[in-house]
Amino acid sequence: MISGAEIVIRCLQEEKVECVFGYPGGSVLHIYDALFKQDQVKHVLVRHEQAAVHAADAYSRSSQKVGVALVTSGPGVTNTVTGIATAYMDSIPMVVITGQVPTQYIGQDAFQECDTVGITRPCVKHNFLVKDVNDLAVTLKKAFHIAGTGRPGPVVVDIPKDVTAQVCQFEYPKSIQMRSYNPVVKGHLGQIKKAVQMLQEAKRPIIYTGGGVILSDAAPQLTELAHKLNFPVTNTLMGLGAYPATDRQFVGMLGMHGTYEANNAMHYADVILAIGARFDDRVIGNPEHFGEEKRRVIHIDIDPSSISKRVKVDVPIVGSVADVLDEMLKLVAGGFTADPEVANWWKQIDEWRGRDSLRYKQDQLIMPQYVIEKLYEVTGGDAFITSDVGQHQMFAAQYYKFDKPRRWINSGGLGTMGVGLPYGMGVLLAHPGAPVACVTGEGSIQMCIQELSTCKQYGLPIKIINLNNGMLGMVRQWQEMFYSKRYSQSYVTSLPDFVKLAESYGHVGMRIERPEDVEPALRKAFTEHKDDLVFMDFIIDPAANVFPMVAAGKGLTEMILAEDL
Amino acid sequence: MNMRHIISILIENESGALSRVAGLFSARGYNIESLTVAPTEDPSLSRMTILTRGSDEVLEQITKQLNKLVDVVKVVDLSEAAHVERELMLIKVRATGKDREEMKRMADIFRGRIIDVTESTYVIELTGASAKLDSFIAALDAGLILETVRTGVCGIGRGDRVLKV
Repeated sequence: MISGAEIVIRCLQEEKVECVFGYPGGSVLHIYDALFKQDQVKHVLVRHEQAAVHAADAYSRSSQKVGVALVTSGPGVTNTVTGIATAYMDSIPMVVITGQVPTQYIGQDAFQECDTVGITRPCVKHNFLVKDVNDLAVTLKKAFHIAGTGRPGPVVVDIPKDVTAQVCQFEYPKSIQMRSYNPVVKGHLGQIKKAVQMLQEAKRPIIYTGGGVILSDAAPQLTELAHKLNFPVTNTLMGLGAYPATDRQFVGMLGMHGTYEANNAMHYADVILAIGARFDDRVIGNPEHFGEEKRRVIHIDIDPSSISKRVKVDVPIVGSVADVLDEMLKLVAGGFTADPEVANWWKQIDEWRGRDSLRYKQDQLIMPQYVIEKLYEVTGGDAFITSDVGQHQMFAAQYYKFDKPRRWINSGGLGTMGVGLPYGMGVLLAHPGAPVACVTGEGSIQMCIQELSTCKQYGLPIKIINLNNGMLGMVRQWQEMFYSKRYSQSYVTSLPDFVKLAESYGHVGMRIERPEDVEPALRKAFTEHKDDLVFMDFIIDPAANVFPMVAAGKGLTEMILAEDL
Repeated sequence: MNMRHIISILIENESGALSRVAGLFSARGYNIESLTVAPTEDPSLSRMTILTRGSDEVLEQITKQLNKLVDVVKVVDLSEAAHVERELMLIKVRATGKDREEMKRMADIFRGRIIDVTESTYVIELTGASAKLDSFIAALDAGLILETVRTGVCGIGRGDRVLKV
């Protein structure tokens, strides 16, 4: 017989969990005590529970393992909500273990009590309240199973303190069957055949892929298929890295800040092969405008509810992207003849490419695009790049050419400012020694800045690329363009001296103010200070904007280009 | 076109299951006209019936989203094929003087049953399609209705069409 707290730890061990991010408190003290008595599961003590969840999330994004966070009841839980919602929107597998007040106190407004299951319900894949220690092991088994299968997502397991003290026999189920949860993995072969036929008929095809390809670890299949078909490929923000950005067939990211060629190719395609993507509002712009062109759509997704949600689909294929692409590759290997008109389509795409929509001018002031390009050069395009949310995120997505999946770690769906630094922590815990840069801005970085302390404690040498324009850049950009330059609350005054701030935490700080210093500083950070966290405060042109841009409510081809201004 | 649909759901009989379904409807802006829920012959399963309205696209999303809930075992749109539906109403009316006899007659006409009698009131039980309950209410003098309570629609497929695990 062992205690509930010991069961929790044993379950984590059984699931081969190597690292848990958390913060102790009253209702999880038994669990922390059990954690203390073993050394198989490492615990990373963050400075705020939000960061624990973000770090667990990035641990998963960068490694495909299930991320785990452990927090106490009440405020411990409410602090995790942003992190859980962030993971939910991007379908990241995660198990969040939360303490709860003892069962007999539930509903009594006890100290540090909150309705965890109620608060988290809308932003989890599933959640559990464990009321009996005999259910604990099987519930945790279910949690890991649900989090990591089907369309992945975060699962919360709420455990009252008395349950962690009670004892029972421990037996961890080897596998689990749930009559209510059986996600489809294999795609329907008839549908896949239909899709291949449609691809052969396509005159203006495009392969449009999202985060689902990365979650399904199907980047090699995607690349092979695209090469066999010789069709253009575009990725969503979440899909970057699933297809090599340096490949000739890659037309860039699409959507609100997509390239001219990607958005036009998507809009004017006669057949779209959508894979693990969901046609969201930041991708297709105004749906009525998008609907004006006649086209046929093939959609592969593991979640049936993503299909025909925003765009009517002609050939739906429900299944795991990897499985479906394997089948598709087999069919294509049996003979595939693309329509000869595809050659003209490529000519058209190359003409669009000729607009060079990501062009910018590096002048007196440091341009943010330039910093990212230099970062790409200095890291050989092989670093893990985490980002926060705003202009810097878009610059990183546009100018860092991701050739591998799971290297681009950002909050796409929820758009959570503050994730960048804890994301860097999660990546480094999953990939010790790997080069990791956090591209951020002076607004976002301050939302989880306390984690500089965690980075010191665990020796996490993140390179923070702070694109400092003294402005909430994306807000300012919208205000400049759509609110007649009324810069309401977008100017950040009283910024700290980031160099001194970094130094006070025991890290290295640098301020870079001239374009010619950008590359040497980056080189220094990644060589001489390889093992240090370096906070690089780049003072950039405050007027720099992200282009191309599809304004809210506009059609995908109605882009504002830098050259128009 | 916003058509009327009856969605039947088999769901694990666990605490919080109802709030998952209700939460889904409110979070995604689907409407619920009525909702009934109770355990089935297998006490580990509850059956829920939801009356909703929406276009074909919305209904497709509703069924897909419901199926996505981990506790949901099966979902069927009863309105897609032949089915029967019933609703139960208890209605308390004033029954004094000449109205007392009239109320008795009305209950008989609609095949209702009077299940509680006092000197001044009747409680009438009426079962049927929702439209029948509506017409019963419409047929009564509004001033005489003291209280009504309706269960909401429940329904079942005709013939061999069975919703079971």
